[in-house]
Amino acid sequence: MYNAFFSLVKRDLRLAFRHKSEILNPLFFFVIVVTLFPLGISPEKQTLAEIGPGIIWVAALLASMVSLDSLFRSDFDDGTLELMLLSEYPLSILVLGKIIVHWLITGFPIIIFSPLLGTVMFLTNDAIETLMITLLLGTPILSLIGAIGMALVVALKRGGILLSLLVLPLYIPVLIFSSNAVGSSMAGLSISGQLYFLAAFLIFCITLAPIATSAALRVSLE
Amino acid sequence: MNAVVNPNSKKQAKSNPVMTFIYYFASPKHFYRISGKLIPWLGWLATILIIVASIDGLFFAPVDYQQGDSYRIIFVHVPAAWMSMFIYMVMASAGAVGLIWKIKLADVIASSTAPIGAAFTFLALVTGSIWGKPMWGAWWVWDARLTAELILLFLYLGYMALESAIEDPRAAARACAILAIVGVINIPIIHYSVEWWNTLHQGATVTKFDKPSIHISMLIPLLLMALGFKLYYATVLLVRARNKVLYAEQNNRWVKEILKENS
Amino acid sequence: MLEMLQMGKYGAYVWSSYGLALVLMGYVAIKPLMDKKSIFKELAMKYRRDPHNEEKQ
Repeated sequence: MYNAFFSLVKRDLRLAFRHKSEILNPLFFFVIVVTLFPLGISPEKQTLAEIGPGIIWVAALLASMVSLDSLFRSDFDDGTLELMLLSEYPLSILVLGKIIVHWLITGFPIIIFSPLLGTVMFLTNDAIETLMITLLLGTPILSLIGAIGMALVVALKRGGILLSLLVLPLYIPVLIFSSNAVGSSMAGLSISGQLYFLAAFLIFCITLAPIATSAALRVSLE
Repeated sequence: MNAVVNPNSKKQAKSNPVMTFIYYFASPKHFYRISGKLIPWLGWLATILIIVASIDGLFFAPVDYQQGDSYRIIFVHVPAAWMSMFIYMVMASAGAVGLIWKIKLADVIASSTAPIGAAFTFLALVTGSIWGKPMWGAWWVWDARLTAELILLFLYLGYMALESAIEDPRAAARACAILAIVGVINIPIIHYSVEWWNTLHQGATVTKFDKPSIHISMLIPLLLMALGFKLYYATVLLVRARNKVLYAEQNNRWVKEILKENS
Repeated sequence: MLEMLQMGKYGAYVWSSYGLALVLMGYVAIKPLMDKKSIFKELAMKYRRDPHNEEKQ
């Protein structure tokens, strides 16, 4: 089982590195969305520092969501997904492997780039550190919840907007706690409560989301 | 051999009286017949309860000393908000039953229930905002309960959008059931986080909406209205489910007989 | 009587809430009843056109 899991992860990673756009496009998207806000609101330091945490998190949310298509789409098109369903290994484990790869190619680069955007939005160093921790805890949750939504719409021709309707309301708790943690740390307040919540929610999602995703995949591929 | 074994095994499978009743009621034909008898009773009872509760709430319940007469919106707003949560639970449970035991009727119930729930959610939102205008001086305030209600409306809309996007009704029912179950697990988390977010951002402005120690003469119309809404929901749900059953079973003889009786 | 209907200064808010509830719930209730009629009509037409189509049961 571990062999199957790791070979799937390796294969997906190799595929992702072959099409570099799959890694770069969500990242560009993330940077561009954040850049739009100073242009749309104001370049003033105080304003940006206040709304920065929320904006960076909303952008991360959207970037993770628009990249969900790469999670199952190509495997659905070429029939690999059907083979996964028929394989002797538990589908939820294989799905978890795919979700981890999705996080590595979309969530992880966002974390690496976030200090840059934090600086651009005039966040303090503490706040940038917190931003990276919340992204580390939060972006996997986005991939996990998003996978459920993607599995539900993968067989549909025009699933794009529908996917956002299904997934965005479920992202709200992550957004609330993460952006609040960043804001609080900028004000010098304690943030352990928010981080505990995110960690608990992450563990909760790791346990249940792969099961829900594989159930949804079975429905979609019938 | 088979002819001998079958009646016995059938009897054994149906020995549990609860399951017998469920399977009997869940067969489309019997559902159609029984629900047809229930609907007039439920419908009239719901109408009477809602009218009585409205008159009681509008004219006989005493004026609130803080909010004046504007608090009378509570008799629509709060029961509607209760219904919006209750209906989502029904939708998810029916979806789960359909998913696990493959009872077709449960799928029909789940899919008939969504628009009614969305309507109640919308009603709770709009009446909340109308109530907010004299109380807060603004049509919309990012109050925890209103915001949670808005997110619930999004969940309903997502459910309905997914249902209409999948053509095969069987697959649509199963996909929607999964979505509803995921939603139900998430609703407490969303509510908790919205409430937490709200206490941080605006402390004192919303105390007027906090539970006042409600007087019994205000509680009676409130509970009557809540009961009336529940019965109204049951009535509309059955009518909608009957329509779907009839249409889905149109090639069966019992449907033709019903049509003959009614023409 | 008129004073009672005015609800202090809040008449417009209260009555519009109840009115909206009436309209919305009325629509939600009446729509499926109308659907029922149209389904009956559609099925009756279908059966008349093709009385013996794949009868089951």
